[in-house]
Amino acid sequence: MEYNLAVLAKALTIAIGAIAPSLAIGKIGSKAMESIGRNPEAAGKILIPMLLSAAFAEAIAIYALIIAFSIK
Amino acid sequence: MKPTDEIKHESTIFAEPIITIGNFPITNSLINTTLVTIFFVVLAITLRKRLNKIPRGLQNFSEIIIEGALKLCDTVTSSRTTSLKLFPLVFILFLFILINNWSGLLPGIGTIGWVELHDGESIFVPFFRGGTADVNTTLALALVSVILTHILGVMAVGGWHYLNKFVNLKALAEIPIKIWKEPTILLVNPVKFFIGLIEIIGEIAKIASLSFRLFGNMFAGEVLLASIAGLIAFVLPLPFMFLEIIVGLVQALVFSMLVLVFSTIAVTKEEH
Repeated sequence: MEYNLAVLAKALTIAIGAIAPSLAIGKIGSKAMESIGRNPEAAGKILIPMLLSAAFAEAIAIYALIIAFSIK
Repeated sequence: MKPTDEIKHESTIFAEPIITIGNFPITNSLINTTLVTIFFVVLAITLRKRLNKIPRGLQNFSEIIIEGALKLCDTVTSSRTTSLKLFPLVFILFLFILINNWSGLLPGIGTIGWVELHDGESIFVPFFRGGTADVNTTLALALVSVILTHILGVMAVGGWHYLNKFVNLKALAEIPIKIWKEPTILLVNPVKFFIGLIEIIGEIAKIASLSFRLFGNMFAGEVLLASIAGLIAFVLPLPFMFLEIIVGLVQALVFSMLVLVFSTIAVTKEEH
């Protein structure tokens, strides 16, 4: 059997690196839904901070993706 | 090059040079960003030449957009004067990044090109490529924005006050002065000094995160679309194209909002 550590590293980088950001985005979304449900008029005000926080959380997953792409 | 040679179609992280003028390679994303810049210059000149007191058509549309964007800036800066001062930088960042992101989705971008021969392999090189899918563009945008926030901060609050945000000499100098009145200052002020030093690392992290967030989203989108289209070329790419349109808009919004937030923090005087 041939072991190719680089391919394993690529796969594990993005697999493990995407766990925490997806949990974070889920939490952000659920809190936003909750607050919109409690106060439907504030939906417009909640949308933009929610998008901003989701983009921050997603950026971490993107860093992992870049590393995965750059491993030869 | 035999006709039976297989042509490699791969998205590379680095943009491919198309022609070289002297020592300067012109890459496909450079061509794209230049075209987008020309588009904006033409748009600006057209709007400026036909300014009426009562707006119609293109001017009306632009005024609606600018009014909405100013309101959005006001929610961050909470002051119309600061918004008006920061608005040109932030809005053109938003528009530039938005059009560059979306231009990567147009038909012909990334698909029209020629085949080059490298080390015996024939590789397909496209003429055009989305500008922000190149890390050079995003790094340049991030560097310019972050350095500009520092310059704006020094212009707004003065050099000494701004220096104290990072190298908190005022906190160190206050220790021997105030030590008789409040002895706790011996513990608190060194901590304040070190927090200021760590902020410097935060600035470098800002540059890295801004550039890599934008680059990663756009590059991953390119690779995703190419893979899906390679799998099933009809109907299936549609939801992914829609996703890419939304991601392009959100990433442009996030980049410009972040620059706005950083600038606002830099130009405010710190008060206890």
